Amino acid sequence: MEFGIKQILYLLLTLFIVLNYGLILQGIMPKIAARVGRRYGIRWYQPYLDLIKNHAKRSKITHGVMYYLGPVFRLTGGIGLLLFLPVIYGSPVFGNLSFAGDLTLVLFFQFFGVLGMALGAGESGHPHSAIGVSRGLSQVTALELPLTLGVISIAMQYHTLNISDIVAAQQGGVMNWTIVTNPFAGAALMLTFLGSMGRAPFDVVMAPQEIPIGPPTEYHSGFLGVLQLNRAIFPVAKLILFMNLLYGGATSWPELFIKTFFIYLWSVFVGVAFPRFRVDQSVRWFLGVPLLFGIIAILLI
Amino acid sequence: MSKSDLEKRTVMSPDGEPIEINPLQDYFCDARPKVHEPVLPIFEKFLNWARSESLWVLGFGTGCGAIEMRPLMTPRFDAYRFGIQWRPTPRQSSVFIISGYLSVKTLKRVIRSYEQMQNPKFVIALGSCTINGGMYWDSYNTIKRLDHYLPVDVYIAGCMPRPEAILAGFEKLKELIREGKGEGANLYAQNFDWYKANQKKIIKDWDMPDYNW
Repeated sequence: MEFGIKQILYLLLTLFIVLNYGLILQGIMPKIAARVGRRYGIRWYQPYLDLIKNHAKRSKITHGVMYYLGPVFRLTGGIGLLLFLPVIYGSPVFGNLSFAGDLTLVLFFQFFGVLGMALGAGESGHPHSAIGVSRGLSQVTALELPLTLGVISIAMQYHTLNISDIVAAQQGGVMNWTIVTNPFAGAALMLTFLGSMGRAPFDVVMAPQEIPIGPPTEYHSGFLGVLQLNRAIFPVAKLILFMNLLYGGATSWPELFIKTFFIYLWSVFVGVAFPRFRVDQSVRWFLGVPLLFGIIAILLI
Repeated sequence: MSKSDLEKRTVMSPDGEPIEINPLQDYFCDARPKVHEPVLPIFEKFLNWARSESLWVLGFGTGCGAIEMRPLMTPRFDAYRFGIQWRPTPRQSSVFIISGYLSVKTLKRVIRSYEQMQNPKFVIALGSCTINGGMYWDSYNTIKRLDHYLPVDVYIAGCMPRPEAILAGFEKLKELIREGKGEGANLYAQNFDWYKANQKKIIKDWDMPDYNW
């Protein structure tokens, strides 16, 4: 399909839908977690208010160029991940920029934002930022290993690195989904998914009361607003990726909302049931059972 | 860091070149705070509504009042449903709660934390100690009226106020913000010299820049 002004408008529409869906999810999921703790929980539109509030702060201070670029890199990582995914399978317009080798690019974009954040937070000069970044990076690095093994296993299974083809191969019912046909890769991916969503038991990196809040310690006002935008977009992009890889993709927006909602709910279930890991514990955990599943998935394919 | 580390001095770099360092200037920005005027009224009204419904609290447990703030997070009081959240860093917070008496030593830290918060920022003073000294009215080591050192938006009286009273205080603060009266940060910038003179009267060993951002 040729790339024209119409395609750009559809890209922006995708971004708009995903941003709003992400913000609403951000409101609903803490509410569900709060109900488990017998609290009423935040209002579902609270993330919108926080976003407006942060952008409405009147003063901000800067620490240099990289400090500006940190949130920009982070947001680029989120938007890039989203735009290179086939969001709606079979749709000529919501396939976005997906192309033959998009799976490798998408894996790169998963890591891109974290690296940008590390550079930016490093320049802020705040010692807590630096500690937070090193803890965050070590956790992400540990979970990349089983994640990559699972993804390679799926790529070997379908003989392609094109996400659209992977989705196409899973059409025709639940029994064709990768989670059924390749359960070990599915298990490895779903376990690493827990780590990448930043919820308990793997949220010590971002936990407010630990090393105060980790990488974004020094980010405030509009900078934090940009990071919040990414925190709405990035999880949904990851949900869409996992839906495409394991659960047969989606042929319409309602199907996408239902599937991604339940995939997200999996991390919330685990989060309310288990206490936090320390970073060294979570690294060890990722290199245990999930890695084993990943290796088995590779061997069995 | 000891106090001598903050003094101005000349050090030798590894390649033998002398460098002038002045930690108070190098580590901190000491530019005076600026007054940030509100924007168009109709726009400001909307922004103020968002600000009032998204109160991020800097928890600074200065006195016994801190113990009354914890229950706000529990299922019984659950302040989150009113848009109140606790943030661990002054950079991201908009509400500063001074929870009780302030000793001279703590006042210094409070001022630094307050100045690191970004405009607009609001201060809630908790308990009688912040109004007139409370039971520490004749103490040699605590301040009596917080309003002389920081612009306070809401006082919550009591010794100590119950969590319900604190929630009511938050509601009052929301009203003030929505009416456009939560301009404490600008007030601080306008009367900067007066506030600094008051603070320096109390803090004898002033070893920081006049304004820490």
